[in-house]
Amino acid sequence: MSELDIRNLSKSFGGVKAVNDVSFTVKRGEFLAMIGPNGAGKSTCFNMINGQLAPDAGEIHFERRNIAGMKPRDIWRLGVGRTFQIAATFGSMTVLENVQMALISHGRELYTMWSKAAALHRGRALAILGQVGMAEAADRPTRELAYGDVKRVELAIALANDPALLLMDEPTAGMAPRERNELIKLVKALVVERGISVLFTEHSMDVVFAFADRIIVLARGRVIADGNAAAIRENAKVREVYFGTGKTFAGAPA
Amino acid sequence: MTLNAFLFQALNGLSTASGLFLIAAGLSLIFGVSRIVNIAHGSLYMLGTYIAYTFATRIGGVTGFWGGIVATAIIVGIIGAAIEFVLLRRIYRAPELFQLLATFALVLVINDSALYLWGPEDLLGPRAPGLRDAIEVLGRRLPSYDLFLIFVGPAVLLVLHVVITKTRFGRLIRAATQDREMVGALGVNQAMLFTAVFALGSLLAGLGGALQIAREPANLATDLIAIGDAFVVVVVGGMGSISGAYLAAVLIAEVKALCIGLGVVDFGLMKINFTKFTLVAEFIVMAVVLIVRPYGLLGRPQGAVRSIAEAEEPIRPANVFVKALGIVVFAALLALPLFANYSPYLLVLGIDVLIAVLFAASLHFIMGPGGMHSFGHAAYFGLGAYGAALLVKWMAAPMGLALAFAPLAAFAGALLFGWFAVRLSGVYLAMLTLAFAQIIWAAVYQWEPITGGSNGVVGVWPPAPFNKATVYFLLALALTVPGVLLLRRLLFSPFGYAMRAGRDSPLRAEAIGIDVKRVHWLAFAIAGGICGIAGGLFAFAKGSISPETIHVGRSIDGLVMVLLGGLQTLTGPIVGASVFAVLQDTIMRSTVYWRALLGLVILFLVLIFPSGIVGTLVNLTRRIRLRRKAAT
Amino acid sequence: MNQPVTAPMLNVERLNAWYGAAQILYDLSFSVGRGEVVALMGRNGAGKSTTMKSIMGLIAQRGGLVQFNDRDISRLQPFEIARLGLGFTPEDRRIFVDLTVEENLDIGRQPPRHFPDGAPAPVWTPQRLYALFPNLAEMPKRAGGSMSGGEQQMLTVARTLMGNPLLVLLDEPSEGVAPLIVEQMAQTIIELKKEGLSILLSEQNVHFARLVSDRVYMLEKGQLRWQGTMAELDANEDIQRAYLTV
Repeated sequence: MSELDIRNLSKSFGGVKAVNDVSFTVKRGEFLAMIGPNGAGKSTCFNMINGQLAPDAGEIHFERRNIAGMKPRDIWRLGVGRTFQIAATFGSMTVLENVQMALISHGRELYTMWSKAAALHRGRALAILGQVGMAEAADRPTRELAYGDVKRVELAIALANDPALLLMDEPTAGMAPRERNELIKLVKALVVERGISVLFTEHSMDVVFAFADRIIVLARGRVIADGNAAAIRENAKVREVYFGTGKTFAGAPA
Repeated sequence: MTLNAFLFQALNGLSTASGLFLIAAGLSLIFGVSRIVNIAHGSLYMLGTYIAYTFATRIGGVTGFWGGIVATAIIVGIIGAAIEFVLLRRIYRAPELFQLLATFALVLVINDSALYLWGPEDLLGPRAPGLRDAIEVLGRRLPSYDLFLIFVGPAVLLVLHVVITKTRFGRLIRAATQDREMVGALGVNQAMLFTAVFALGSLLAGLGGALQIAREPANLATDLIAIGDAFVVVVVGGMGSISGAYLAAVLIAEVKALCIGLGVVDFGLMKINFTKFTLVAEFIVMAVVLIVRPYGLLGRPQGAVRSIAEAEEPIRPANVFVKALGIVVFAALLALPLFANYSPYLLVLGIDVLIAVLFAASLHFIMGPGGMHSFGHAAYFGLGAYGAALLVKWMAAPMGLALAFAPLAAFAGALLFGWFAVRLSGVYLAMLTLAFAQIIWAAVYQWEPITGGSNGVVGVWPPAPFNKATVYFLLALALTVPGVLLLRRLLFSPFGYAMRAGRDSPLRAEAIGIDVKRVHWLAFAIAGGICGIAGGLFAFAKGSISPETIHVGRSIDGLVMVLLGGLQTLTGPIVGASVFAVLQDTIMRSTVYWRALLGLVILFLVLIFPSGIVGTLVNLTRRIRLRRKAAT
Repeated sequence: MNQPVTAPMLNVERLNAWYGAAQILYDLSFSVGRGEVVALMGRNGAGKSTTMKSIMGLIAQRGGLVQFNDRDISRLQPFEIARLGLGFTPEDRRIFVDLTVEENLDIGRQPPRHFPDGAPAPVWTPQRLYALFPNLAEMPKRAGGSMSGGEQQMLTVARTLMGNPLLVLLDEPSEGVAPLIVEQMAQTIIELKKEGLSILLSEQNVHFARLVSDRVYMLEKGQLRWQGTMAELDANEDIQRAYLTV
């Protein structure tokens, strides 16, 4: 059964087709990587699923409901979490408060004007931070954190409303190889444990080949390949537009 | 109105547009590169008129007039460069709004310098040698000087366009507009570039001012009027777009000319005097344009400009020391009436300070944690003050009712304007709020039968026992303290957090289900309501209210108070408002040149306390603590 | 042991840097010789970018000695440093998005210069750069903002080369671009080395660094932890695991 079902999605910017008739599905509990050259339309795809962009054509079914064109905040309330390519957190809040903010929103307490926000959902927020390994940094301001840790906080925020689907745009961009693997390992564990589906874009082939259940390759706005790691590795077209000889990453195609 | 008369007015509009364009183009250039909203730009324009007047009258003749205009432009350019070199260069790393504060201080200093040098009288220059006559156009006489001005605008536009698109200097300007640090890392002396851009922008302002001498007298009020007009033109045209600035200048000048041309029109049911709309025409144009095209006619969404300001600390509940200090201050204020016998003036000052504190705290609420830089907070002060005063005047309402109505009126107004304002951000939001404040001001000014026009509403005195300063002071205290505490409580509530979340990262906030616009809209309205209380208190404290007291100046005072205290701390606005109110009060009594003195004091404070008074103290203690930690 | 084989061009001694009250770099000392490609490695937050920015004068609070061709540049402003022949390409590229490719290149333009021994440094023109980066040759009038990440990465390097630098600080050229582009960047670095330029590279990708670098300095938490030749790093899996770990 599929959690997310994308059908014939298209989007143009000034006559250029950024995403051109793209269809694919994400099954429940699947860890799906979307790769492709810069400018292939990955982020545009993400932004349509997440609601930041309205598609020109096509449908996006999430749990049998067409969410195409809905606002990001409404899509979030249906259970779609999101992390951004450049991590977006609330810089003037502590790590804990960042997660509390998401919980407050989830609990529909945004317009509460008397109670103290810092006292709400503390336990739950700490538990989530524990899961991503950030409990010790709970009281530090987010803006002081190393970038890899900010990414973890972002993940914690995204997990706060128990999403069924997590969209992660280059979750490991700007991280060192070890942090990369740790973060993805963590996400993968959460996926298995909570039965979340994840769709992520990634440039680190090491990560993709090691962890993804399935890989979709986008180029010039179209899906040019869809399959498991072995199949994608061998795909001549993907090599031509994306991998090159593969000297610059470890899991190089043979 | 005949078609000919209409076209004639349109020509008139074009010559006005040239002047508007010159000043706006310079402002836009300077803002683009330095990100400084240079409020003193209008003052440079004003100086242009005065200096050109001096040349034209002292030297006289063709040399004095035409040569004087050229010399003036160059002199003002040099003055601009000097300002950049001496002052602004020191504060490029300060928060954007802080730079604004510094340039506002310059406005004060320049204004009083002009008063000292040229005196308070309006000075009308001679007519232009060679262009004294008028020519017959459309059956009317158009001064040939005006015809000349019509061509100045497009000519300057053309020159600027070529410079910006075709020369290396222009490329550097455009590159620095986006990322000045990177330009420096590529080997460009950006300090020089900045000075050059300031000189060019100032030169344009000086030229614009100088060209006015044959049309309008040099006048000390020109600075704020000119800067207001220039802001509107730049924003309507789109920040950074020189062509947009010309288009906007024409649009605004034409709408104004049209209003004058229409005069009083009888619609059968009612007569409308369109000339009255000239005061607000540009602001209405701006409001409409910004609502339809949020980034102006030819502007584009402003990309993320590299911010070099310091990020903000998480908010924490007050520690024991601050709480104790708060209690001591409150106790001292309660005891203040005991000293009233020694100095009755003390209580009057005390009331002024309390009103200022409430005004500033409500502005800080949306500016700091909300990130909405309102340049028109006077509107809600005015709605509160007029709301209360008019209720007393027309319904003979008791003071209690009038004071309760004040925040409601302001809340309603803020709810209406806020709906539009929260759709914008940054400078655009600032300008739209300014426009709304101007509309309120003009409505009050023009709607004479109800509001008393320029005379305002008088006789709004509090009944006994509140007519005694002691009691009224306690009343003000009883409204101000809960008001400030309420705002503070809100900041710690989920709502306050949601507001900050929307400011920190709208992207993230929307992605976790927060309707950022709605939260900010409500916050804007709440701040407006609280500000209305300050307005109501003011009306009864002075016994009257006039349009003058709710003019742009009050909005700017609010900004100064908030920035003086520090944007990033919760106690900042309280300290800032108190310091400012006391300074203003004491300095005003000591010298005719109080503006210059106030300006110098502000400049001094800006240079000493680059993060506001409270902000700087907080930073200082943090640094000391860190050093101590490092030492152990 | 780990000294440049040629005379050092860039010599850094006890470099310290702070952001606000937080210290980021601690007493870093290293050098880059003429014609060398040296990699600063370490994970994110190790201080690689801060090191580059400090050398370039872009960090206000810094201390220590930075010498370029035996001249102390630690008190100079960024533009003065750039004019001595030190080129900088930032990790986030910082292309001027409103300017075309041609115009971006023009901003970087500086007069030709010589090495201290009087030998002329390579002189770059747009034509030569278009030959080096054929992608850019196809789009001289394209606005920087409408280019893909990979193209921007090439443009930022080309823009720096327009200043005819003697030494280039290359901050994470392989970050966030497709493997194919990463390979092209490696090729470019090798070409630049052939031209006689020195390069200080910051990198986390050991596969990439292996293709281009002569020597390596390993950073962690703003401190220098290990240094050696690229071959030594390649042979030392413990170090790789401790500071990079694939």
